[in-house]
Amino acid sequence: MSIIKVENLSHVYSEGTPFEKTAIHDINLTIPEGEMVGVIGHTGSGKSTFIQHLNGLLKPTSGTITLDGRDIYESKQFTHDVRFRVGLVFQYPEYQLFEETVYKDIAFGPSNMKLSEEEIDERVREAAAFVRVEEELFEKSPLELSGGQKRRVAIAGVIAMRPSVLILDEPTAGLDPGGCQQILQNICEYREKSGSTVILVSHSMDDVARIADRLVVFSQGSILMEGTPEEVFSHPAELTEVGLSVPEPTSIAMALKEKGVDLGSAIYTTDQLVAAITRWKGGPAC
Amino acid sequence: MSVIIQTENLHHRYMDEEEDSLKGVDLAIEKGSFVAILGHNGSGKSTLAKHFNGILTPTEGKVWINGMDTSDEDKLLAIRQTVGMVFQNPDNQIVANVVEDDVAFAPENLGVPSEEIRQRVDNALKQVGMYEYRMHAPHLLSGGQKQRVAIAGVIAMEPEVIVLDEPTAMLDPKGRKEVVSTVSRLCREKGITVVLITHHMNECVDADRLVVMSGGRVIADDTPARVFSQVSLMESEGLTVPATTQVLNTLNQQGYDFPLEALTVEQCAAAIAANLNA
Repeated sequence: MSIIKVENLSHVYSEGTPFEKTAIHDINLTIPEGEMVGVIGHTGSGKSTFIQHLNGLLKPTSGTITLDGRDIYESKQFTHDVRFRVGLVFQYPEYQLFEETVYKDIAFGPSNMKLSEEEIDERVREAAAFVRVEEELFEKSPLELSGGQKRRVAIAGVIAMRPSVLILDEPTAGLDPGGCQQILQNICEYREKSGSTVILVSHSMDDVARIADRLVVFSQGSILMEGTPEEVFSHPAELTEVGLSVPEPTSIAMALKEKGVDLGSAIYTTDQLVAAITRWKGGPAC
Repeated sequence: MSVIIQTENLHHRYMDEEEDSLKGVDLAIEKGSFVAILGHNGSGKSTLAKHFNGILTPTEGKVWINGMDTSDEDKLLAIRQTVGMVFQNPDNQIVANVVEDDVAFAPENLGVPSEEIRQRVDNALKQVGMYEYRMHAPHLLSGGQKQRVAIAGVIAMEPEVIVLDEPTAMLDPKGRKEVVSTVSRLCREKGITVVLITHHMNECVDADRLVVMSGGRVIADDTPARVFSQVSLMESEGLTVPATTQVLNTLNQQGYDFPLEALTVEQCAAAIAANLNA
């Protein structure tokens, strides 16, 4: 069953001025419930503009977005509800921490949902546990935390609204390899336990290759490709042409092919590459 | 080659901290070289970088830039003219509404005559491949382009050293390549000493030398190929190695005998192909 359906979506910034720019053009996309979707594309390809439409932050110039079969602009009340049901974690969300304590910051979203104190408390603790923010940190100022901790607190603030769709815009940008691993693991665990749909915008081909069920590739405001990582990464030439890279193991497999060692096209992790090489030892790949 | 940056038993402790962030760093960086500094968050790599143009001064030990002691306040201006810094977020470094005004900002502050500023700005923008954008508004550029404008702003001061503190953290793969190939070229063609702080392994591949920081100390310092071939050391530090090294290392654990120094995709593929075709 699909949870989000986008039809003929276009967005033009500063329409009617000399700065008019079509950011996205005629996007059609259906996202099945519970799926982990990786959205990739170079800077300016329209991916951030696209995701901001999914919770009504940007209004389409034309086209429709439905959540659970209902147009998100169907009524004022529903548009308001969509903001809570589709949780958006922006790039560098730690810059948006503003409360005096970690607890209050995580509680900000649910507090706006007119919930009881107990319900808010339960949600704050649950969200913090998902992203491994220890309760000892609750009374600290967010400013005292490390970069990776701040980022996880910001994500908890969105998770605390219990959105049915969680959208993260480059959640690992600027973190070191250890911090990246931890955030990705938190997201995977959250999705497993909550059954939420997750949309992950990323520059890292290696990350999305590993964790996404399906990839959507944006280029110049349109969807260039859509499919499983295996399907998408079997088109390295098209990806390179639009300024994206393929995962490094894929590049090695491509270079090997040029040297007469054709390991097949479904290689995008180091494990797959190693397995293919060991198999090839026995004879040519088929 | 002569040494341009030298640290001796460098310690730094931030105010209110109970532990040193840098615990005795001895480094000598040669003029004209391209040095990458790698380490996880909190390893001390940014603290170290901030000592290279006197933003921070040692709480113990010494830092010399071209022989000038960074603790000597009278030398600070000369030190900052010698070492230019580029930071992570391009949006925080851009001050003007037009690209060429932004690049002119530093030389104007240094009191450079206006005809010479014109020349320096044009040269700097050409060197980073942004000359055609000189009349554009910086906020409408891509992240990689903004960061190249920030680098041009530093080049216009004509520094001998450029220190870049995670300049690519906020960029997409294409922007990252633009920035790294720009600084690499500045080093190779213009002889500018480049110190690149990063946690992207792939960006260190072209460097002459790779320094790995952990817990405020230098734990590895050699050519990138030789540092990355110490796979277990890198992994125990919470750092990853490039996929090339990772693949060869896994294959070796299964009984192959590949050279771990085959660092680029091309070298790695060549080594594997030679083995498989044999």
